[in-house]
Amino acid sequence: MSTSTAAAPLKQRTPVRPARVLLHTFLVVTSLAWLAPLLWAIFAALRPYSETSNKGYVSWPDKLTFDNFKNAFEQSDMLHYFGNTLIIAVPAVLLTLLFSSMVAFYVSRFDFRLNIALLLLFTAGNLLPQQVIITPLYRMYLLIDLPGITASGKLYDSALGLVLIHVAFQSGFCAFVLSNYMRMLPHELTEAALVDGASVWRMYWQIVLPLCKPAMAALATLLSIWIYNDFFWAIVLISTGENMPITSALNNLSGQYFTDPNLVAAGALLTAIPTLIVYFVLQRQFVSGLTLGANKG
Amino acid sequence: MSSETPTKSPEAAPVPPPGPAPVKKRVPQGHQRLLTRRDRITLAFMAGVPTVLHVALVWITALASIALAFTTWDGIGFDSIKWVGLDNFKQLFTDNPQFWPAVQHNIIWFVVLILIPTPLGLFLALQLDKNIRFSRVYQTAYFLPVVVSLAVTGFVWQLVYNPDTGLINSIIGANKPGHYIDWIGDPKLNLWAVLIAASWRHTGYMMILYLAGLKGVDPSLREASALDGANEWQTFKNVIFPTLRPTNTVVLVVTIIEALRAFDLVFVFNKGAQGTELLSILITNNIIGESSRIGYGSAIAVVLLVISLAVIIPYLIATFRKERRA
Repeated sequence: MSTSTAAAPLKQRTPVRPARVLLHTFLVVTSLAWLAPLLWAIFAALRPYSETSNKGYVSWPDKLTFDNFKNAFEQSDMLHYFGNTLIIAVPAVLLTLLFSSMVAFYVSRFDFRLNIALLLLFTAGNLLPQQVIITPLYRMYLLIDLPGITASGKLYDSALGLVLIHVAFQSGFCAFVLSNYMRMLPHELTEAALVDGASVWRMYWQIVLPLCKPAMAALATLLSIWIYNDFFWAIVLISTGENMPITSALNNLSGQYFTDPNLVAAGALLTAIPTLIVYFVLQRQFVSGLTLGANKG
Repeated sequence: MSSETPTKSPEAAPVPPPGPAPVKKRVPQGHQRLLTRRDRITLAFMAGVPTVLHVALVWITALASIALAFTTWDGIGFDSIKWVGLDNFKQLFTDNPQFWPAVQHNIIWFVVLILIPTPLGLFLALQLDKNIRFSRVYQTAYFLPVVVSLAVTGFVWQLVYNPDTGLINSIIGANKPGHYIDWIGDPKLNLWAVLIAASWRHTGYMMILYLAGLKGVDPSLREASALDGANEWQTFKNVIFPTLRPTNTVVLVVTIIEALRAFDLVFVFNKGAQGTELLSILITNNIIGESSRIGYGSAIAVVLLVISLAVIIPYLIATFRKERRA
């Protein structure tokens, strides 16, 4: 691309100019403003309740400790809820990627009439607000008996139920992105394999999938964060507080265990930590996943 | 979850390389001829299993919402489903004191998001696209709210808005009895308070989408415009903004869908109390509340479905039509 050639001289030509200083000042101020609510939450979480109730929240701190974080983590048995999330998110992400890549493979490699209709169905379904389907879904989950398979004996109030709805809902977006990605792979690749007598499954598993690694990595990052952050499905489809994944459990915990706002702040921030780690480590994947569907390349 | 509205657009369709004549649609037919019986069965499973799951959980339930909207049902046996025609809708439109406020709030939600955080996100993206230093650091700051779950966002903003202990009231001295400004409870204020939190998040999301869109703008266009003596605003107005058209479409659709999906933030904030009713909240309260009325809840869902499809269908048709032409 010509970006690099055009940008290089530009970069050297920018010594300190007043306009640039102004721009940086503006950006620093807005960045801080954007971080302010989070910083405020951290500040509150670091202070003991006794101190803030005495001196008020806008005051110089005498003591900053991690006690609130420790107490929030222990009192509410947060580890248990992180475990719940793990049980739901890991299979959901893997299954979504498997299913959507299979559909994408079919749609992009085999021109069986159906493919546009199929893709349309998946993408439109994924754009619907969840509340449109929740009433019948809730009833359906209550009606489906799975004795011995889930602890609740139904699809309702089970991790399996949440995994299924995540997979069904998210595979639309992923199928769309992956089919576009697979279409960019040269047709000769799979054609040659077919002529050599490779089965369709081998073609998918050994040729196409390995080439889709960058797109899959981006989608995996995105899906992990989305599913981790899910609040709605679990609020409605899980009835036992014990079975809730961490993000939804927070809603109950804040009422049950956490009596002071500093502890609530600490609890909320603790649940945000895994997403922040994933984001900072895999920032590139996350952003490219989000924009993969929206823009060229 | 998908509080993040996925983004898709025609531009995702790969642009065939300009070099050798692109291998076109004919090839797949060749693929098909070489398939064995086993391959065909494999393919049927590969496409079939995900489709059945998706259709069963998303589309059958969406259709069931429509069907149930014309009935009453206690949810116990299928025999107790009774056809009531348009009764649910009549009640909804005339008797429910929460319905019209909810519609209004969903509209306000969209209008605010499209008028404030969206242009702001575009503006920030334009600044960050200028090859400036620390661009990554700024990006991270604006984008952080998008990464954190909406539930956490709700809790964080409660600390800002709490009438007794919150940041705002502590600073302006409105936390003493008698002087309270109840940002969360006052029905005249709470929607705006929650919209500030929503905008805080939406700005970062829009910034990232526009930033990606701007990467696609040919730098020579900008140079040509600069050579013609256009200033920054003119270049933006006449050159950059028009080339961002595909991104703008995505942004518009994303923003509409986000406004229709708005739920988590309000639910955490005040459970959709007076002043912050939304269609999504009404539907959910109907399920998890004490008096669950299946037909009635479905009628609200149908309203939401109709509005959503009015946006989704034209958008997808345009998207796929372009893709076909490409």
